[in-house]
Amino acid sequence: MSKLKGKTITLAHGAGGKAMRDLIDEVFVSGFDSPELSLLEDQARFDLAALCRHGDRLAMTTDSYVVDPLFFPGGDIGKLAVTGTVNDLAVGGATPRYLSCGMIIEEGFSVDELMRVVASMKATADAAGVRIVTGDTKVVHKGAADKLFINTAGIGVIPEGCHIVASRAEPGDVVIINGHVGDHGAAIVDARGELALETTIETDCQPLQGLIAAMLETCPDIHCMRDATRGGVATVLNEFASSSGVAIRVEYQAIPVREEVRGICEILGLDPLYLANEGKLIAVVPPEQAEALLAVMQAHPAGRGSAIIGSVEAAPQGRVILVTGFGGDRILDMLVGEQLPRIC
Amino acid sequence: MKFVDEFRDTEKAQSLQREIHAIATRLERNQTRPLQLMEFCGGHTHTIFRYGIEQMLPDSIEMVHGPGCPVCVLPMGRVDDCVALAERPEVIFTTFGDAMRVPGSRKSLLQAKADGADVRMTYSPMDALNLARQHPDREVIFFGLGFETTMPSTALTVLQARREGISNFSLFCNHITTVPTIKAVLDSPDMMIDGFLGPGHVAMVIGERPFQFIALDYHKPLVITGFEPLDILQSLWMLLKQFDEGRCEVENQYRRIVPAEGNTAALGAIGEVFEVREFFEWRGLGSIDHSGVKMKDAFADFDAEKKFPVENLKIADPKSCQCGEVVKGVIKPWDCKIFGTVCNPENPMGALMVSSEGACAAYYNNGYEKKRA
Repeated sequence: MSKLKGKTITLAHGAGGKAMRDLIDEVFVSGFDSPELSLLEDQARFDLAALCRHGDRLAMTTDSYVVDPLFFPGGDIGKLAVTGTVNDLAVGGATPRYLSCGMIIEEGFSVDELMRVVASMKATADAAGVRIVTGDTKVVHKGAADKLFINTAGIGVIPEGCHIVASRAEPGDVVIINGHVGDHGAAIVDARGELALETTIETDCQPLQGLIAAMLETCPDIHCMRDATRGGVATVLNEFASSSGVAIRVEYQAIPVREEVRGICEILGLDPLYLANEGKLIAVVPPEQAEALLAVMQAHPAGRGSAIIGSVEAAPQGRVILVTGFGGDRILDMLVGEQLPRIC
Repeated sequence: MKFVDEFRDTEKAQSLQREIHAIATRLERNQTRPLQLMEFCGGHTHTIFRYGIEQMLPDSIEMVHGPGCPVCVLPMGRVDDCVALAERPEVIFTTFGDAMRVPGSRKSLLQAKADGADVRMTYSPMDALNLARQHPDREVIFFGLGFETTMPSTALTVLQARREGISNFSLFCNHITTVPTIKAVLDSPDMMIDGFLGPGHVAMVIGERPFQFIALDYHKPLVITGFEPLDILQSLWMLLKQFDEGRCEVENQYRRIVPAEGNTAALGAIGEVFEVREFFEWRGLGSIDHSGVKMKDAFADFDAEKKFPVENLKIADPKSCQCGEVVKGVIKPWDCKIFGTVCNPENPMGALMVSSEGACAAYYNNGYEKKRA
């Protein structure tokens, strides 16, 4: 019999007493359903020898999630909180293993919605082959947070011989992306409902560890790889160019962008290359393996729309050049601040 | 995408490019300096940089990026007035997105928001009116700015507010007018511009006639131009043909949107709500007679300048700024003493570095900072 269904979160749920215990038991322990969490110790414990069989280095990362609205077409804050951290591990070549989950909940938040978020985290974690093994809950006064903030940290294991870093792009290398860009950013703008558009754009939010495992099998020597989240594709390309001291030349017309996303960008004066993604990676790979890798990516569900979008050149160092497809080129720079809609 | 991709066709672009080069080569024989062609409008500047159009042109043609970016030319004093209004506790201050970053003498609206002011980004003045309906206990102010392009929608919003008797909505009017501004550029003694790409969206409202004086009195050709890259190339080709054939006229490349007489309903709404100001202060250009509008007395209840104390602060542009010379085409952005050093997009000193449509920001973002050396 549920004590909490239909209720709202109060400060008591974060106070350390019985109410908090009920919340942890009913929502988190049963929702996340992992052996480590069920022990209710202050920390999760792992067998080192077992981890060592998968690689020779640990990878660790953390990220916080504060998206508004919490639920949007194709995803929600829970799916995002697992996917984002899993992907941050995976693009370094690591196999994601364990996640922590810290939640900051605004007083008055609905328990049912919290359960939906937890169920979504669990489903996403299962799909990504990771377990949520430790957690924390804080409840803050109304107005001190916006409904729900989630932090997840993750641990993964990097296989021997895998060396993916932003500074390894070399002239001649090929740049590949795993699908359409800008879906997540456009979906969030759309879901806020301020524009009253007739279309519905779904987020691209998806864990990438499966795709990356397949990629590494075909091409263990991927030079650089990052997921293009905040700041979009343009930002990641700039990071590679400046860390490696090379130029990256990309063809605008080769970069896959959905019609609906282009439409929203045309209306608002935004650039899809700066919009956030939550399931897109950019890889810089040796040219002789590019075609084989592309075929493997396109055969994977998380990489159906994969495309080669450009190549690495020696100069101008640290610059990303966009071939507009219209006849001219332009420099594709990092954004200064937030991308703001243009007036006219 | 329909009605968009047709105007970005690569083959058509290349054939226009060939024609432009052919005419430019003929014209070069009688030229002692490059032809200076000004796109007045910030929207055109944006397209020119986005598609790398300058690189497609011969060296004998130089684009001058004009003052038609309403965000760029907003003077610091007006931004300070905005911040003061936004900081009033009863006020929800609404604005178009890219005006949020324009620096005032104390802070930008973005900083004011961070400091606790209720500043909200809206996509249309009607969204602001909606906020006023939803928050009857607050005062919603809409920051109206832009040329004749955005004037009709603010005018219609004010008329709607009056019709519904929404008393907690007002407009902080900073709309500016095109013709006096082009005239100010043409009248400046160091001006060397040979022809203009006319602002298509402004013309959609005011029509072709208000531009005729440029050809008749100043003997400069003007082509009213659309905003897709092929529009720009075709208009440049039309301008060059005028030079080649010894004509000097106002032509309309953007006929699919711009009727010769403009939009009479929009002009009606503008005329009902607004009247010309004696002068308006511009960042980079100084004070220009009749270059702005204010709300008529009949709309005093909806005029933020009358409803709230507005100081009308006058703050001089930084002395080192050479924005005025850049918009007149006298110097290129990289010739300015502080371009890319003291003045950059993270810390804009001058108007033209503020918005992505400003010439200096566009040059900087496109990696032109090195050309100076």
